[in-house]
Amino acid sequence: MPDAASPILDVKGLKTVFRTRGGEIHAVNSVDFHLRPGELLGVVGESGSGKSVTMMSLLRLLPSPPAETRSGSVMFDGQDLLKISNEELRNVRGSKIGFIFQDPMTSLNPVYTIGFQLAEPLRTHMGMSKAQARARSIELLELVGIPDATRRLKDYPHQFSGGMRQRVMIAIALACDPKVLIADEPTTALDVTIQAQIIELIKELRQKLGMAIIWITHDLGVIAGIADRVMVMYAGQVVEKGPVSEIFEDPQHPYTQALLKTVPAVRGARAEKLQVIEGQPPIVIEAPAACQFRNRCQFTFDRCEKENPALSEIGPPGHRAACFLLDETVKQEPESVNG
Amino acid sequence: MADPKADGPLVKVRDLKMYFPIHAGLFKSHVGDIKAVDGISFDIAPGETLGLVGESGCGKSTVGRSILRLYDITGGTVEINGSEIAHVDRDSLRSRRPMMQMIFQDPQASLNPRMTVASIIAEPLDEHLKLNPDERLARVYELMDWVGLNRAFAKRYPHEFSGGQRQRIGIARALALNPKFIVCDEPIAALDVSIQAQVVNLLEELQDKLDLTYLFISHDLSMVRHIADRVAVMYLGRIVEIASRDTLFAEPLHPYTQALLSAVPEPDPSYERNRKPIVLKGDVPSPANPPQGCNFCTRCPKVMEICRQIEPEIFHFDNGRQVACHLYSDNMTMTAEPTDGEITKKINKETVS
Repeated sequence: MPDAASPILDVKGLKTVFRTRGGEIHAVNSVDFHLRPGELLGVVGESGSGKSVTMMSLLRLLPSPPAETRSGSVMFDGQDLLKISNEELRNVRGSKIGFIFQDPMTSLNPVYTIGFQLAEPLRTHMGMSKAQARARSIELLELVGIPDATRRLKDYPHQFSGGMRQRVMIAIALACDPKVLIADEPTTALDVTIQAQIIELIKELRQKLGMAIIWITHDLGVIAGIADRVMVMYAGQVVEKGPVSEIFEDPQHPYTQALLKTVPAVRGARAEKLQVIEGQPPIVIEAPAACQFRNRCQFTFDRCEKENPALSEIGPPGHRAACFLLDETVKQEPESVNG
Repeated sequence: MADPKADGPLVKVRDLKMYFPIHAGLFKSHVGDIKAVDGISFDIAPGETLGLVGESGCGKSTVGRSILRLYDITGGTVEINGSEIAHVDRDSLRSRRPMMQMIFQDPQASLNPRMTVASIIAEPLDEHLKLNPDERLARVYELMDWVGLNRAFAKRYPHEFSGGQRQRIGIARALALNPKFIVCDEPIAALDVSIQAQVVNLLEELQDKLDLTYLFISHDLSMVRHIADRVAVMYLGRIVEIASRDTLFAEPLHPYTQALLSAVPEPDPSYERNRKPIVLKGDVPSPANPPQGCNFCTRCPKVMEICRQIEPEIFHFDNGRQVACHLYSDNMTMTAEPTDGEITKKINKETVS
C-alpha cells in the first residue's frame, strides 16, 4: 500500500459521550484515524472499548439523545460528515459508505423479502428502475456466492442460514459500490467454518472491487489474516496503532501485549497457564485525566495516575502507542521495550 | 492430572440418543425427529477434562444436558461414578444430583435476578443438606473464597456484577455440593477475551484443588486445546473423532476435524498470510433430515462414493483415538466394537503426544 495515497476517510479528535442519569459516559475519546483507498484497517478491543460507537458516530447512526458527538471531524469525499445536513448524509450512508452489522438476524427486516431489501438502496441511491434493481440484486447475490440467486430473491431472512444471511448483509452493503465498507464484527455470530467462508469472500471481493474496509473485531486471529493496519482501542481511546506485522510482532502498549498473550493458540506451543489481565475495563464516567489502563497494567507508575498519555510515534513509520513507558524507555534504553 | 485410574472411567456414556419429536399438522401428529444426538459413546476418566467441540447446532449442548438427565433421553446409557443415570426414577435421580453439576453459558440468564449471591450459592445446600444457618453461611463464604469473590458481596444481586464475576457465582453454585463431575456448557462464550482467561484459569485451579472431572463444551478450539486432556469433535449429532489433545491438534484425522482446525485464524500475520484454510462448502444439514451415509458427506472435501451410502464405523487407533471415517477403513485389519475402548490397531504415522 503506497504511503503517499491521500486518505479517503480522515477522522480527527472524535469525541462521543452518552448522557445518562448517572453522568456522562465518555464512550469515544479523541479518536484519530484515517483510511487509505483499498486499505483494510482492523479495529480491535474488548466489548465496551468504543469500537462500534466510533464507527456509528462517523455516520451519525447513534440515537441522540443519549448519544452526543461533542467534537471532531470526519472528512470523507471533501466534506465533513459531522457537519453536513441529514439529506446529504443520506447520500453517503449505504451508498458511498456501506455498513455490515454484527448480527445478521436482527439487522435484516424479517417482514420483507431479501429481494426487496437488496433493491431498496439501489432504487433510492442509484435511481434504478424495478427491473434494473432486480437484475443488479441477482448479480450481487451471485457475487457473494448465494446459489440459485433468482429464486432466493423471493425468500425471507428466516429462510436463510446464519452464514447465508451474513452474505445477504454483505450484498446489501456492496449494492451501491461503496468506497468504504465498515464491517462491525461481521463474523462474530458465525461458526468457524462459516467464518472462514466469509473471510475468504471479503478477501476476494476486496481484490475484485478495491474498496477500503474497516473491520471491527475482538478476534485477534481474524485481524492478523486480513488487515493492513491495526488500531487497538481501550476504554474509548486508541492505545496503539500501526501496520499489522508491527502490532503482532512488536506490540508496544502493555494492553496490546497482554491481549495477545491471553489468547491461547491452536497451533504451536501450548502454554501451561493462560496469562490474565486482572480486573475489568473501566466505565469512563469523567473525561479521562489519567491512563485508562493503569489499574490493570503491570508496569503502572506515578505518571500514569496524573496524565492521560497521547499517541506517540515509535520507530517504524505509522506505529504509534499511547503509553508513558515508551517515553521513559525510548530515552534511556531503546532495546528493553522489546524484551 | 489426567491419569485414568485403574478403577475405570468416572463417566461412561454408551450409544446416547436424544431425539426431539417434530409435531405438525392439525392434530399435531408426530411426523419426525430432530436427531440432536444420534448414538454417541465416550468415557471420561476421573480428574480428566474432556473437551467437546463442534459448530452450533451439532448437538454438543444437548449431550451435556442429556448426560445430567436434564432431558429424558431417547436411548443409550449413562453411568456416572458407578451409578446409572439414564433410566432411573426421579427420586433416586435427585439423590444423585449432588455429584453432577453444570455451569451454564450465559451467567446473565442462569442466575435468578431476584436472589442475592448468598442465596443463589446456598440454594443447592438448602435443597440437599440440612445445615444450620451458621454452617450454611460458613459454606457460602468458603465457596466465595474459592472462586475469588469478595465475601462483602454476599448480599448483592447478580445485576451488580460484571459478566466474569457472574460466571464465578455460577461456578460457586455448581461447587456447593462437592460434585465429582461438572458439565461446563460454553462457560466462557459470553465473556470478553481478557476475562475468558481469568475464568479458564479458575476452572483449572479448582480442578486441581477439588479433583474435579469436567466435560468442557465449547466452540472455541483454542480454549479447548488449552483446558482439555482429550477432545471429542461432534458433527450433526455424532462424534467424528476423539483423541488426546496433543494428538488431535497435531494431526487431525477426520476431514471435518481437519477443516475445523484449519479454519481457526491465528494471531500471527506472517503465518496467516500463508495459511490456506480448508473452506467447507455450504452449511450444516438439518438434523431433522440428515443425509444418507456419513453425516458429513455433503460438505466433505474428501468424499467418496461409499460415504453417501454407508454410515462409517468407528475406527480405533493407538491411545484410545477413535475416528468415524471411511478413509481409515483400509488401515484396519479388523473392525472394533464401536463401544470398545481398547486399542486395536496401530497406524504408521501415529504422533507422539
